[in-house]
Amino acid sequence: MGLLSKKDANLILDPLADNNPITIQVLGICSALAITAELKASVVMALSVLFVLGVGNVVISLMRNIIPSKIRIIVQLIVVATLVIVVDQVLKAFAYELSKTLAVFVGLIITNCIIMGRFEAFALGNGPWKSFLDGIGNALGYGVILIIVGFFRELLGSGTLFGIPVLGDPIAKTGLYATGYENNGFMIIPPAALIVVGIIIWVQRSRNKALIEEA
Amino acid sequence: MGLKENLHKFRVKNQGKKWFPVFSGFHTFLFTPNETTHSGTHVKGADDLKRTMNTVVMSLIPCLIFGMFNTGYQHYLALGEIQAAADGFFSAAFWTWDNFILGFWKMIPLVVVSYVVGLTVEFIFCVIKGHEIEEGYLVTGMLVPLIVPIDLPLWMLTVAIVFGVVIGKEVFGGTGMNILNPALTIRAFLFFAYPTWMSGDKVWVHGAVDTAGTADAISGETVLGYLAQGKGVDEFSYSLSDMFFGFIPGSVGETSTLLILLGGLFLVFSKIASWRIMLSAVIGSLVMGLIFNSIVAAGWIPEYSKFYGLMSFEYWQHLLVGGLAFGIVFMATDPVTGSQTNRGKWIYGFLIGFLSVMIRVFNPGYPEGVFLAILLMNVFAPTIDHYVVRGNIKRRMKRLKNATIYPKTSGEVEALKTETV
Repeated sequence: MGLLSKKDANLILDPLADNNPITIQVLGICSALAITAELKASVVMALSVLFVLGVGNVVISLMRNIIPSKIRIIVQLIVVATLVIVVDQVLKAFAYELSKTLAVFVGLIITNCIIMGRFEAFALGNGPWKSFLDGIGNALGYGVILIIVGFFRELLGSGTLFGIPVLGDPIAKTGLYATGYENNGFMIIPPAALIVVGIIIWVQRSRNKALIEEA
Repeated sequence: MGLKENLHKFRVKNQGKKWFPVFSGFHTFLFTPNETTHSGTHVKGADDLKRTMNTVVMSLIPCLIFGMFNTGYQHYLALGEIQAAADGFFSAAFWTWDNFILGFWKMIPLVVVSYVVGLTVEFIFCVIKGHEIEEGYLVTGMLVPLIVPIDLPLWMLTVAIVFGVVIGKEVFGGTGMNILNPALTIRAFLFFAYPTWMSGDKVWVHGAVDTAGTADAISGETVLGYLAQGKGVDEFSYSLSDMFFGFIPGSVGETSTLLILLGGLFLVFSKIASWRIMLSAVIGSLVMGLIFNSIVAAGWIPEYSKFYGLMSFEYWQHLLVGGLAFGIVFMATDPVTGSQTNRGKWIYGFLIGFLSVMIRVFNPGYPEGVFLAILLMNVFAPTIDHYVVRGNIKRRMKRLKNATIYPKTSGEVEALKTETV
């Protein structure tokens, strides 16, 4: 990477795999379970978090020297709340149907542990450029898992991707459905997301033994 | 040099090979390896894991065979080709060759798929992990075909078994380490994934799904299904003896309370299953049933309530219909997933019975709750054990504190006695 130094590149690449906020740190599970039944919702959620975390990290980083440490949580909350309201209003204006699907979970980005975690752990102690990269990296790491989970849940649960039927028509019995295949209703309900995330963690840890904690 | 010798030689030669667990699994299934322990004296019990598992499988065989007859019987009865069995358990109308043949050809694929898929998954994991192959799947593989509807598509069963064995058992470390009963995990997966094939009024009798919507449509409604729709006991044609003998629609192995009872007694007398769990689960379901009955008797539930049918169902008859008896005898008593302490077993069993009947009555979407109740209690079993053990330690500590400790020599005891008097 010519554009970024190796250290900076790691800020983005680390959270994608070996320090993934969902599969390694097990943060932000709540939204990962709730909104991943459809791929579209997963993508929008990932983009929303990307925006909030990228901008938020820069803002906090710029203010890091003037925030009194006693009230820093409140300041962080105000920053993230402002950004979330922006996202929420944009979604309502341009993608009303989708904002209804995501419902309360856009608002709940405020309480997403990943965001407050990055503010506390990184942005308060690093410059704006590094904080920006860190925010983008973590949001991408979160988004990647969301999209993988969303992909499998929508494909197996509804037979569609982004709402487009890919396995045939379940009612007219075309495509795969003609052979007797049926959608897996289990994939629609949130516990399925927990199991898919669990399987991703399993695969990741068996590929990289260094991630396994000593018992 | 017989086959036995050759196999042992082969075994010694190939120890440590990648596929060794597979060979070992088949070898030890047929022969006892001629390896002995090298150090110390050991007490050797005759009941190893294989014998335990085989005993349970044996106790399931009557249910399996009855299930085959019942599959054919329910099918032909619904079609109106035969008369209802009226003269007791050995009714000639029930034990016919036709009934058996139809049921046999419907059941065998389920059993074969269950064992082939389950054991394949198990073998793959054992080869990857280099474990010895455990016999845990022998019982699960027999239970699974008995607790699913007869017309379940085989590919669904395959998917569910892969899921159940991998997620329910192997991720926790294989046989003996699982938290949830694998057979019930498989059933729960099927139920949530393909609800149209696992509940409703069509799936319980062979042929009802195919004929649905046509002029030849037959009903596959279970007794609980009727009750859940608010229909009274007098509206379906099954008598009490039908329910007890098992001449009713339902999952393949669960219908005959009589044969389940026999299997249960066999397990209790061979000391494989815990009579404490069975007894307390029966008590638990009776208590919950009595509570519902007395609510109805007190007039708190109007007749138009959707719970009226199941709540007014005679409390002890809950044991005769649905999977309650089967679950209590063969599932709740699983020694791996159940409570280990004696007192814990009473609590665990009682709650299973209690919750089963409660879910049965209050879950309008699905008039059966045994598998959910057992899975829930599987999760709580370690907690129950923990508190039982803590309680025991506490009681004994208290006893120790209040105990009078006598001096060792008898003379001093005399002195102490005179002092206290």
